[in-house]
Amino acid sequence: MAKIYVNGQAVECQDNLTILEATQQLEDVYIPTLCHLDLEAFNIEHHIGSCRICMVDVEVDGRRKMLPSCATPVKDGMIIYTNTPEIIHTRRTVLELILSDHPFECLTCLKNGNCELQSLSKEFGITKISYQGKKKNYPIDVSSKAIKRELNKCIMCRRCETACNILQTVGTLSGYKRGFDAVVAPANLKPLVETNCTFCGQCVNVCPTAALTEISYINDVWKAINDPNKKVIVQTAPAVRVGICEEFCLDHFDPSNTGKLVTGLRMLGFDAVFDTNFSADLTIMEEANEFIQRFTKGGRLPLLTSCCPGWINFLEHNFPDLIDIPSTCKSPQQMFGAIAKTYYANKIGIAPKDLIVVSIMPCLAKKYEAGREEFKRNNIPDVDYVLTTRELATMFKEAGINLHKLKPSEYDSPLGISTGAAVIFGVTGGVVEAALRTAYEWITNEKLEEINFTQVRGLDGVKEATVDIKGTKVNIAVTSGLGNARKILEKIEDGTANYHLIEIMACPGGCINGGGQPYIHGDTNKILQRLNAIYTIDEKSKIRKSHENPDIIKLYQEFLGEPGSHKAHELLHTNYFNREMV
Amino acid sequence: MKKIKTKEDLFQLYERNKTLLALRTADERVKEDVEKAKKNKTQREILVCGDTGCASAKSKVIFNYLKKEIENRGLDDKIKVIQTGCFGLCEKGPVLMSFPEENFYVEFKPEYIKNFVEEHLINGKDLDRLYYTDPITKRKIPKRSEIPFYKKQFKIALRNVGVIDPSQLDEYIAVKGYQALAKCLSMSPMDVINIIKKSGLRGRGGGGFPTGIKWEVCNKMPGDDKFIICNADEGDPGAFMDRSILEGDPFSVLEAMAIGGYAIGANKGVIYIRAEYPSAITRLQVAIKQLRERELLGKNILGNDFSFDIELKYGAGAFVCGEETALIASVQGRRGEPTTKPPFPAEKGLWEKPTVVNNVETFANIPPIILNGPEWFASIGTEKSKGTKVFALAGKINYGGLIEVPMGTTLREIIYDIGGGLKNGKQLKAVQTGGPSGGCIPAEYIDTPITYESLTESGSMMGSGGMIVIDEDNCMVDVAKYYLEFTTHESCGKCAPCRIGTKRMPEILTQITEGYAEDDAIEKLENLGKVIKNASLCGLGQTAPNPVLSTIRFFRNEYENHIKNKKCKAGVCKNLFIYRINDNCTGCLVCFKNCPAGAIIGAPRQKHIINFEKCTKCGICFMKCRFNAIEVV
Repeated sequence: MAKIYVNGQAVECQDNLTILEATQQLEDVYIPTLCHLDLEAFNIEHHIGSCRICMVDVEVDGRRKMLPSCATPVKDGMIIYTNTPEIIHTRRTVLELILSDHPFECLTCLKNGNCELQSLSKEFGITKISYQGKKKNYPIDVSSKAIKRELNKCIMCRRCETACNILQTVGTLSGYKRGFDAVVAPANLKPLVETNCTFCGQCVNVCPTAALTEISYINDVWKAINDPNKKVIVQTAPAVRVGICEEFCLDHFDPSNTGKLVTGLRMLGFDAVFDTNFSADLTIMEEANEFIQRFTKGGRLPLLTSCCPGWINFLEHNFPDLIDIPSTCKSPQQMFGAIAKTYYANKIGIAPKDLIVVSIMPCLAKKYEAGREEFKRNNIPDVDYVLTTRELATMFKEAGINLHKLKPSEYDSPLGISTGAAVIFGVTGGVVEAALRTAYEWITNEKLEEINFTQVRGLDGVKEATVDIKGTKVNIAVTSGLGNARKILEKIEDGTANYHLIEIMACPGGCINGGGQPYIHGDTNKILQRLNAIYTIDEKSKIRKSHENPDIIKLYQEFLGEPGSHKAHELLHTNYFNREMV
Repeated sequence: MKKIKTKEDLFQLYERNKTLLALRTADERVKEDVEKAKKNKTQREILVCGDTGCASAKSKVIFNYLKKEIENRGLDDKIKVIQTGCFGLCEKGPVLMSFPEENFYVEFKPEYIKNFVEEHLINGKDLDRLYYTDPITKRKIPKRSEIPFYKKQFKIALRNVGVIDPSQLDEYIAVKGYQALAKCLSMSPMDVINIIKKSGLRGRGGGGFPTGIKWEVCNKMPGDDKFIICNADEGDPGAFMDRSILEGDPFSVLEAMAIGGYAIGANKGVIYIRAEYPSAITRLQVAIKQLRERELLGKNILGNDFSFDIELKYGAGAFVCGEETALIASVQGRRGEPTTKPPFPAEKGLWEKPTVVNNVETFANIPPIILNGPEWFASIGTEKSKGTKVFALAGKINYGGLIEVPMGTTLREIIYDIGGGLKNGKQLKAVQTGGPSGGCIPAEYIDTPITYESLTESGSMMGSGGMIVIDEDNCMVDVAKYYLEFTTHESCGKCAPCRIGTKRMPEILTQITEGYAEDDAIEKLENLGKVIKNASLCGLGQTAPNPVLSTIRFFRNEYENHIKNKKCKAGVCKNLFIYRINDNCTGCLVCFKNCPAGAIIGAPRQKHIINFEKCTKCGICFMKCRFNAIEVV
């Protein structure tokens, strides 16, 4: 324990805390921050101390100086002042300096209203910048279909670097150039699409400004909706229904949220509102079948899940030796697109080119995935546009739709019915749990009574479990966050892993924390709320096993035949490529 | 080559090598031999400076030719040619010396060699033109000891530089090399640290932190894996003492690192040296190779259970990598960026292990302190600043170069006694010390003794020892701008105040020098300067505003003159004056012919006119006119 004095008040605190952490326990002390970030649920601390906004006046060992409270550990006897006129003046000058190198485009900026620099400027009451001068001048990178980099808005907080290198161990982003020109960028300022970026979007999630945002397709979608010659349908990913709540102050646990979302989408003008959960159920049919084939017939194990495109990018870039072990199943988004442009288009008698498929995803890698060449048929993509949860919220707001006030309604048929097994795709562990619910019954031909596999739930980065399927032990690992995935993959590479089934999600916590979800500004409690809300939806579902989904059964009867059939392979499976970077 | 496995081996070799340096040093043991050699002229040694400065003026060619010439004449058993480190008077390079006469030859050229050998070495004729000329008395001075530049100097760190052949371990052994380490190995590490603490030695790289305390903190940290790093990332513009020490006396630094390693409990040393110092790198590589062969680096040094080895790491030349945490990041292969302290490197440094980072010059002081005792060292200098300091003297001074003086020497002594006063008899305006982290000390303060404290008090700092003399022709706003532009370029960009603040300050300075600054420019500079100093992350930012703040403090009127009256009295800021031709003009056409911009309109015997739009203000007309017809307004 250390005894410190904050603004004249004696405080006892643990001695492994920073000054900021120690003062956060005090109700009457507030220290502004900018670069600082803690992602508590994922054990990520970003205490770089680079923005100098959280400076405090510290007297320690007889010396008095200004120190960054976020990066300075407390020491017994420290005398700290958090709000002297000099400190306030210093913070203000530093903020004015940061603003003096920032484009004043707030009115047309994607982060308008969501920008931490903007909030701080308001908090400080900045009305004029005393120090004008040259500004950075970097080109905007829109090389990928997913992430937009606008380096002129970079304030060198380096949070994205921590997300990319420490959290995700991807290593695309690092400091580029020195001095005034310093920004965070890929080496040699390469366009993102030429790098090993996985487009997981964790950098976008932590960026305080609009230096990293999504590439928006809102205008394209409006255009498609307004085109009388196109039929525009939409699918919503599992995690979107919990994420969107935060944009409209809805209670995460209100069971009518999903229905309100459906009503809202219909009001936007989509011709049919479908659910990615439907194709998640379809994924389970194919993936459980593939697992059973490999598991019982001595195929290569472990089987790795393949529904996360960020993780697939990571695999293709970093573990080319392992590209034959993930499931060949396409992601639910792409399965939906493939079925929509064949089965559904045929059913309603429309040419695939006139059917526009829009996805609402909690994800940025899905934007990249939809553009992959192998997901096009006759040069027509299976999924035309991918919008994030945030973009959808923007469209709702633009259209004057307040979800709060809507009456819930049902998804359309035939691609709208889904099970509880599908909705849990939105959280880490969900895919494996859903697969087990089906695989167990298929292997044993018995009804599974206890369907909650709680061992694989929760926000831990690596979860391991052994499931007993009537005497056969199935070793399972579940990881989320690419840094955790790397640990498991390295184990597989060197042969020390003994797993049969592994679920990997690129984003820590799974899709609920995807790169397209509403910004949490470091509050990981929101992730926990989203997680619990997903399981609540599962529990309240009438059907909770994918193979019991009546529309899925019908789809196989009418169109696909059986899981793993030739037709299923043609439409629902894919393969992976070695994209190792030299 | 015989290995030096024990203390006895070392002392035997010391005894055996006593004749090696007989002619060059006043070693008591060989006094008679020297006298005899002097009398009979049987043995002579010619020392050629091999330091980068002289080498760039062909000293290496001179060394090779001279050696060949002497061999060709069959004199090589009598005359030895040796390449050494820097003699200090770099302004007059290439410099040669002959022993035992102690003759000093300056501005030597390869084409002098034949004459030099024949007339001077063989026939004993004085070659006046090779001797140093006193710029004031115009007298020729043959002997080094009589040159004023050397008179007030006192050498500890540079003691062997320019004396021994830096590529020969045997010569270093002959000047008591490795005896300090041998002495330390018979003591406990804490005893060694206490000697350093008692000596009062402070870091010579900039901050001036007490070396002994740094060592003690690291020594007391738990764990077996520790590191000692030599910071050879010398980056202040104009400063080159570290390079000179490494080129002229690499063994002393390597020995001191071993001593430090023993004291803190590290058996791994790293020298972080910038790749722009290829010559110093080669010298270090040669020295390390010899030390390993002779077993002074490696396992069980001098028969003790102390093992130590040294690795070289090359920096890419970023100034900020001289900051110890940035240096460590760079050694680890990361971007050269400082991190917040605490934790200090002594607690958590290289590879997260306790690490001591000391500068080259600091290390060079260690062996003499051990051998001569802390009291000896503490008796030199002032109360709080002990020992000597090496300065790189440059600017508007008569003799520039590398000097070493006791702490407490005044600026006046350095400028006028050692440096021979200002060039062309100009008036002293200020002295810039401490490089881009330092400030300008005005002429009225030149009687202040130089110490860490006195320099800091006057708004400057010791820094690594750059010292630039500024005269009346320098504009202080321009000087401040020069240093700030250096910092802008060298800021790593990590923290906001330094990254953006050191961009905004030179922008305002440019507005001042170009005549469009706003009235509150000084106020803005002072405010920015204060905030940058207080809020920046590392020493670079915390000292970056010093050149501006100290010039505002002492030369505020110059700033005001620029801002309010749009005048630069020194005639440096080109936007603030024009050249005009007055009635003294005789129409001689000299300016007309010399103007590179074609800006002068003129006809014979008619008054010329300058076209302001074409004039680039190069000043050539001003210099060429013999009638004082060109004036600055």
